[in-house]
Amino acid sequence: MAKVFIIAEQRDGRLKKATLELVSYSSTQGNETHVILLGDNVAGLAGELGQYGAKVVHLAQAPELKLYSAEATSRVVTEVVRAHAADIVLASHTPTGRDFMPRVAGRLGVGLASDCTQLTFQGTDLQVRRPVYAGKALAEVEFVGPGPRLATVRANSLGAPKPEPGRTAEVVNLTLNLSGLKTRVLEVAQGNTGRPDVTEASIVVSGGRSLKNAENFKMLEEVADVLGAAVGASRAAVDAGYRPHRDQVGQTGKVVSPTLYVACGISGAIQHLAGMRTSKVIVAINSDPEAPIFQVADYGIVGDLFQVVPALAQEFKKVKEH
Amino acid sequence: MNITVCIKQVPDTETRIKLNADSTWIDTTGIKWIVSSYDEFAIEEALRLRDKNPGSTVTVLSAGPLRVVDAIRNALAMGADNGIHIELPESADNNMAAKALAGALKKEAKVDVVFTGKEAIDDGAAQTSQLIAEYLDFPHVTVVLGAEYGPESIKCRREVEGGAIEVVEAQYPVLIAAQKGLNEPRYASLPNIMKAKKKEVKVLKMADVGVSESDQKIRIKSLQLPPPKQAGKKIAGDAATQAQELVRLLHEEAKVV
Ligand SMILES: Cc1cc2nc3c(=O)[nH]c(=O)nc-3n(C[C@H](O)[C@H](O)[C@H](O)COP(=O)(O)OP(=O)(O)OC[C@H]3O[C@@H](n4cnc5c(N)ncnc54)[C@H](O)[C@@H]3O)c2cc1C
Repeated sequence: MAKVFIIAEQRDGRLKKATLELVSYSSTQGNETHVILLGDNVAGLAGELGQYGAKVVHLAQAPELKLYSAEATSRVVTEVVRAHAADIVLASHTPTGRDFMPRVAGRLGVGLASDCTQLTFQGTDLQVRRPVYAGKALAEVEFVGPGPRLATVRANSLGAPKPEPGRTAEVVNLTLNLSGLKTRVLEVAQGNTGRPDVTEASIVVSGGRSLKNAENFKMLEEVADVLGAAVGASRAAVDAGYRPHRDQVGQTGKVVSPTLYVACGISGAIQHLAGMRTSKVIVAINSDPEAPIFQVADYGIVGDLFQVVPALAQEFKKVKEH
Repeated sequence: MNITVCIKQVPDTETRIKLNADSTWIDTTGIKWIVSSYDEFAIEEALRLRDKNPGSTVTVLSAGPLRVVDAIRNALAMGADNGIHIELPESADNNMAAKALAGALKKEAKVDVVFTGKEAIDDGAAQTSQLIAEYLDFPHVTVVLGAEYGPESIKCRREVEGGAIEVVEAQYPVLIAAQKGLNEPRYASLPNIMKAKKKEVKVLKMADVGVSESDQKIRIKSLQLPPPKQAGKKIAGDAATQAQELVRLLHEEAKVV
C-alpha cells in the first residue's frame, strides 16, 4: 500500500472526470489516497472527492489560485508532497497536469513518467506503461533512484470512476505562501462550443477531408450531440479549414483515448492512427474497402458516409430514447 | 536580446518503428531524422523576435548523440546564428536532457528568452521544456499560440482544453513552448543552407554542463510493439441496415453506448 497524492483539477468549480478516475483507481487499488485541491472557494468539492475514494483532501484556497498557474500549483504541490513524504504523486496528462508536473519533479529531483496508460502499484513503488513514437510502441518505464514516483496519466485509461455514496474525506486546510510569483493568468477566454473536448470525451466522432466542407460537419455534430460526444477531425480536414486545429486528432494534434472512436471518411494515415489507436472501440466508415483505417477498426462499414452518418444519427437517437 | 531555442531530433512521422534485438530501444538503422514538428514553430518565433530587435542573436541547442548536429544545421539554415551540441547518450531521459540544456544555457551570456516546442513527437512527454525552466529558475508558458513581447514581460495566449485560451503574463527571462499556429515556419533558403554547412557548431560534453549518469531518473525497461488488432467485423447491407446493425453491436456487444 502506497501513500498516493493526486492533484485535483477543476475548472469553474467543477471537478474533471479525469481527476475522479485517478482517485477512484488509486483507492480501489488499496492505496492511502490523498488529494490536493487548489482553487478559490472550492471546499465544496471535497465531499465528491471523498465519495470517489479520497481519504484526505488537502485544501489550498486563495484568490491567486482561482485561475490555474503552473508556478503557484507546482509550489503548493511540492510543499505538500514533501511535508507528507508521499510515495507516489499523480496528475492527469491534461493541459494542466502536463504543464506543472515537470516542475514538481525538477524541484524534488525525481523522475516523472508522462502520459501513462497503465499504472502498476507494487508496495510503495510504481511501474508504468506509456505509448511512445505516437503509439507505434509501448514502453515499460521504471524509476531510478529514490522516490517519490511521479506520473501523469492519459484520461480514460484507468476505467470509469465509481462513487460510493456515504464515504467522506478528512479535509486539511493548507497555509500558503504565494508571494513573489513571476507569472500571472490574466483571463481565460472561453472558446467553447458546449461540446466536450476531444481529449476528455468518452466518445469522439471524427471526420476527414471527404466531408468536403465545414457545413457538412453538422452531420457529425448531430451524431455527437445525441451521444454527448466530441467532434474530432483529421489534419486534412483541419488544413482545409473545416475545423479548428484544436479538434485535430493525431501526431500533430490531440491524442485521444475514448471508449468509442468513430472515424468517418478518414483514410487512417499513420499520423492519424497515432492520435487514436488506444481508443477502446474503433468504428470506421469509409467508401474504400482498402482504407488503412479498417486495419484498426473493431467495426467497419464500407459505404458512403453521406448516407450512413444520417442513418446512424437516427439509430443512436432510438437507443438513447429508451 | 539573447534568444535561444532548444530543439530535438526525432524519427520522421512516417517511420515504421522496429525494435532492437533485446527490445530495450528502437532499431535506428535506416531512420530518417527530422526536427520535431513543434520545434519548427519555436525556431521561427526566435528568428522573428530577433529580426524585430536589432543586435539580437539566436542560438540553437540540441542534446543527444552526434546525429543531432544535423538538426542544429537545419535550424542554422533557417537563419539561426549559433549552434551548440551537448553530447548525451541515446537513452538519456527528459531530466538528463533538460539538465544538460539548462547547464549549457547557464554558460551563455544572460539569456532573455528560451523557445522550445510544446512536446517532442517521439516520446510525447511534454516535460523537457518545463524542466529547463525549472533548472534556470525561469517562469514558463507552454502550448503558446500567440505572444506579445513587451519590455518587462511577455503576454501569451495558451491553448487549454475545450478551445479555451488562457492569457498569461510572464516576466523575463522566460521559457516559451510553442504550439502549432504560433506562426508559419519558413523554409531554409539555398544560400542559408550553404552558409549553415560552414558554421561552427560548439560541442559540450556532459561534464561541461554538470550532468552525470545520476541525472537519469526514468528508464525504459522494455519496449513492445502494440499487439496486432484482430480483424474487425465488417457490416454489410444498405446504409440503413448498416447503421442499425452497428448501433445494435455497439449497444449489445461492445456495450459502449
Ligand atoms: C508531419 C506530419 C504530421 C501529421 N499529423 C497529422 C495529424 O496529427 N492528424 C492527422 O489526421 N493527420 C496528420 N498528418 C496527415 C496524414 O498523413 C494524412 O494526410 C491525413 O490524416 C489524411 O486525412 P484524411 O483521412 O481526412 O484524408 P484522406 O487521406 O484524403 O482520406 C479521405 C478518406 O475518405 C474516404 N472517402 C471519400 N469519400 C467518402 C465518402 N463519401 N464516404 C466515406 N468515405 C469517403 C476515402 O476513401 C479516404 O480513405 C500528418 C502528416 C505529416 C507529414
